[in-house]
Amino acid sequence: MSFYKPSFRHPEAPSNELGLTAKAYEGGISTLCAGCGHDSISASIIQAVWGLNIEPHRVAKMSGIGCSSKSPNYFLGKAHGFNSVHGRMPSVTTGANVANRDLMYIGVSGDGDTASIGMGQFSHVIRRNLNMMYVVENNGCYGLTKGQDSATADEGSKNKKGRANPFEAIDLVALALDLGATFVARSFSGDKEQLVPLMKAAMSHKGFALIDIVSPCVTFNNHAGSTKSYDHTREHIQAASVVDFVPMAQEITLDQIKGSTQKVDLHNGDSVQLSKLSDNYDPTDRHNAIRTLLDHKAQDKLMTGLIYVEPESDNFHEMLNLPKTPLNELKEDVLCPGASTLSSINDSFR
Amino acid sequence: MSPINKPVLLDEVVNDFVVKFANVNGSGSASANSMFAKAIFRMGIPVSPRNIFPSNIQGAPTWYEVRVSEKGYLGRRGGQVELMVSINPQSMTQDVEEVCPGGYFFYDNTYPLDFNLIRDDIHYIGLPLTQITNSNFSNPRLQQLFKNIIYVGSLAYLIGIEFSALESIVSDTFAKKPKLIQPNVDALQLGFDEAKKAFSTPLPLQLKRSNKNDGKVLLEGNAACGLGAVYGGATVCAWYPITPSTSVAEGFEKYAKQLRVDPETGENNFAIIQAEDELSAIGMVIGSNWNGARSFTATSGPGVSLMQEFLGLAYFAEVPAVLIDVQRTGPSTGMPTRTQQSDILISAYASHGDTKQILLFPATPKECFELTADAFDIADRLQTPVIMLTDLDLGMNEHICDDLVWDENRSYDRGKVMSAEDLINTKEKWGRYLDVDGDGIPYRTIPGTHAEKGAYFNRGTSRDEFAVYTEKGADYQRNMERLEVKWATAPKHLPKPIITERDAANKIGIIHFGTSLEATHEAIDELSVAGHTANDLRVLAFPFHEEIEAFIEQHDQIFIVEQNRDAQLKMLIVNELEIAPKSLKSILHYNGDPISARRIVAGVTAHLDTLSVGKKDASASVA
Repeated sequence: MSFYKPSFRHPEAPSNELGLTAKAYEGGISTLCAGCGHDSISASIIQAVWGLNIEPHRVAKMSGIGCSSKSPNYFLGKAHGFNSVHGRMPSVTTGANVANRDLMYIGVSGDGDTASIGMGQFSHVIRRNLNMMYVVENNGCYGLTKGQDSATADEGSKNKKGRANPFEAIDLVALALDLGATFVARSFSGDKEQLVPLMKAAMSHKGFALIDIVSPCVTFNNHAGSTKSYDHTREHIQAASVVDFVPMAQEITLDQIKGSTQKVDLHNGDSVQLSKLSDNYDPTDRHNAIRTLLDHKAQDKLMTGLIYVEPESDNFHEMLNLPKTPLNELKEDVLCPGASTLSSINDSFR
Repeated sequence: MSPINKPVLLDEVVNDFVVKFANVNGSGSASANSMFAKAIFRMGIPVSPRNIFPSNIQGAPTWYEVRVSEKGYLGRRGGQVELMVSINPQSMTQDVEEVCPGGYFFYDNTYPLDFNLIRDDIHYIGLPLTQITNSNFSNPRLQQLFKNIIYVGSLAYLIGIEFSALESIVSDTFAKKPKLIQPNVDALQLGFDEAKKAFSTPLPLQLKRSNKNDGKVLLEGNAACGLGAVYGGATVCAWYPITPSTSVAEGFEKYAKQLRVDPETGENNFAIIQAEDELSAIGMVIGSNWNGARSFTATSGPGVSLMQEFLGLAYFAEVPAVLIDVQRTGPSTGMPTRTQQSDILISAYASHGDTKQILLFPATPKECFELTADAFDIADRLQTPVIMLTDLDLGMNEHICDDLVWDENRSYDRGKVMSAEDLINTKEKWGRYLDVDGDGIPYRTIPGTHAEKGAYFNRGTSRDEFAVYTEKGADYQRNMERLEVKWATAPKHLPKPIITERDAANKIGIIHFGTSLEATHEAIDELSVAGHTANDLRVLAFPFHEEIEAFIEQHDQIFIVEQNRDAQLKMLIVNELEIAPKSLKSILHYNGDPISARRIVAGVTAHLDTLSVGKKDASASVA
C-alpha cells in the first residue's frame, strides 16, 4: 500500500474535449495491496471516462462491500459514490438509476459480492437490463477476510495453503449470457489495451453491461496452482476479438491483427470495431457466444473480449415508461394532485 | 327439525347488532359482502366490516363480520353475533355456535341441515339459495356469483337495507360495464322477493336510515397509504408481495396511473418496481432517496426482518427512506393473515450497531393518508428512515373516517439539501456530516449537483464531518453523539400524542396506539358507566414526546393497550422514559382478531378489582 501520491503532472498531458486532463478523473490514494489488479482497473476506468468526455460529477460510483467495493474511492473523486451493503449494490443502483436516468452508473463489485451473497441481486439487475456498467473485479477469493475461496474459484485451483477447491466455479459470463444480459465482456486487469475500449463500449451501451475482469489478488491468490494468478491468466488468456471503441463520426483506424473485422453499432451512434480471431465468431449471436465460451473452457482457455452485445434492447427506463426528465427533478406541481382532486376521490369512497 | 324448546325472541333493535357471513374463499363473496356494508354506510349508519380470511386462494373458510352501531362504535365488538349468514357448509358447526341465544342462523336449505347443528335457543331461517340460483341462471360461474348477490337481496328484506342504496352501489360498481347493472339488480330483487315470500315478517334486527356518515368516507387503510404516497410526492415504489401489505403498492399504482401519467406523452411520472425480495426493495428505496427522489416500500414483519441491515445503513449514512409495515401475526403461512401490533421493537431498534428508528402509528385510513404523506417530509427533514406501523385490520378492512383533506397551502419539506448555488455561495466549508445548526441534522447534496463541489463517498461509518475516510475512535464517537442530537430534535417534526382528558381528576389513564383506538374509546364509555372514569393518550410517533411522561405522572393507574404478547410499546416506554415497569399495567390481546372493547373493559376491571381486593386484604390483616 502506498501512502503518498505524487502531485507532479506532465505539463503536456493531453486534455479531452472538456479540456480536462486525466488528473481531473483521479480519486483518493489507494489502500489496496501493491500490485493489486483492482488498482489497474481503477486506472482503466479513469482513462475510459476521460476518453468518453464525461464530466466526472455526472458519474455515480456504486459498490457493495469488499476490496473491490472500496476501490470507487480511488477514482473519480468528483463523483458521488455509494459504498452500500455486501452483495446489494445492484438494488441501490437500481433505485438510484430510476431516480435519475441522466447520470452514468458504474457499479464495482467483486466475486464474493456478486457470485455469493449478491447472486440474487446480480441476476435480477440483469433481467431488468438496467443501464449501467457492472464491473466484477474477480480474483477468486475473499481478500478483506484473508483469502477464503469464493464461488468463482475454479475447481482444483489451490488456495494459499495448498488445498484444492472441490467445488465447481460459477462462471459469471456464462450466467449473464443465460440470463439475457445485453452486453457481456471479459477481460484481465493486466490488459489495459483491451480493457479501456471495452469499458468505453460498456458505458456507451444503453442497457446492462457486464465486464467480468480477472484481477489477481497478489496477497492471497497469486501463487502456483491458483487459476486466478497473473501467470496462469496470462498463459491461458485468449481474446476472442481485439476491440476498439469508435465514437460516432470518427474514422475507424483499428489495426487488424488477423481474421476479419466486424463493426457493431451501438444505440447512441457510437460503434465497436472488432478484429476477430475467427470468422465464425459473431458477438451479436447469443447462441454462438455461449457455444464459443464453452469451447474455450473445454480447451482450458480464458475467453476474453466482447463476448456478446445486443445493441438495440429496451432498458429499464423504457420498460417502466419513464419520462425524459429524471424523476428526481419533477416538481411538486407535477407530483401532487392537489385538494380539489382529493374531494372527488373522497366521493369514490362513499 | 323443529326444536323442542322455542327460542326466545330478541327485542327489536335498531342499528346495533353484528352480522357475520361465513363463506368459501374464492367464491366471489367478498364483493357481495362489501356491497352489504357499503349500503349500510350509504344509509348514514356507522358500520365496521372486517374480513377474517385464510392464507388460501380458493376453497377454505372465510368470514366477514359486520358491526352496526348507531352510537358510532367502530371497533370489533367481540362475543356472539345476532345474525349468522351461513353460506359455507364446511364451517357450519363453528358458525352455529357463534350465534347468540335468540339470534338467527340464515342458511341455504336446498339440502337438509345436519341434525347435530340444531340448537334450541336460536332461530333458523332457511332459503333454498342454490335452488333459486340454479333455476334462474344456467352458467355455473354466474350461479356462484349471483348466489352471493341473491342473499344480499334477501337480507335487504330481512333486516331493512334500503333497496335504493344497493341499487346505487351496483350502478357505481358497474359504471364502466353498464350491461351488468340490470342482471345484478334483478338478482337482488330475486333474493328480496324470495325472502318476502318465505317469511311474513322481517327480523327484529333492523336498519333505519341515520345521518352519522355526513363528511365521512369508507375505505381501506392500505389504499389510503397508496394515495398518501402519491400526494406526498413519492416517485419510486419498490416492493415485494406480502400479505397484508400488497394492497399498499396496488393502491399507489392505481392512483399513480390516474393522477401521474403525463397527459401529453403518456409517460409515467412514477416507477413501481416489484423487487426480487424485501432486501432488494429497501435497497432500491435507499438508492432512490440518496439520489433525491422520494421513494418508499411497503411490507410486513418478515420483510422488516429482512430489511434490518439496510435500515442500519440508512440510519448511519443518513439517507431518507419511508417504509410502511402492515403488521400481522408471526412467521409461517396461515395465522399471518390475522392482525397484530407486534413489530414495534424490531422496528424501533432495527439493525446492528446503535440504531434507533422513527416510528409512526396511524389509527384510521385518514391518518394512513396523512401520515404517509408526512412521512416523506419527516424522512427528508431528518435524513433517516421513517417506519409507519399500520396493521392488517387497518390496512385490509374498510373503515369509516372523516373525509381526506389536503391543505392547498402546504408544500413539501425537502429538508436540508444544498443546491449548486448553495454550494457556490456558502462561506464556510461544506461538510456532509457537519452540524451547522446545532440540531444534529447536517446538509446533504444530491449526486450530480455541481462539477467541483458537494461530491462525497457515502458510507455507513468511518468518516469525519467532511466525509473523509477515518477509522479514528474519536471521530466515530463524535458522529454518534451528533446522531443523538438529531434524535432529540426529531419529536419537533413528529405528530404529538392525542390526549383525551375527560376530567383532570381522573385517576385512570389508558395509553394506546393504532387500531386499538375505537375499542379503547368504547371501553372508556363502558367503564365510566361502571364508575371507572378514565382519560386516554394515543401515541402517534416514536421517539416519544414529553407529553407521554407527563400523562403517566398525572395518573395513578396507567394501562397500556396493545395487540401483541410481549407488551412491546410498554417495553419501549419503560426503556426510553425510564418508567418503573410495575407502574404500567398491560392489556394485551394477540389471538389474531382485532381487539374488542369487551377485552379492554375486562382487563381494566380485573386489575381494579385486584387492587380493591388487595386493599381489603391489607386492612383485614392490619385489623
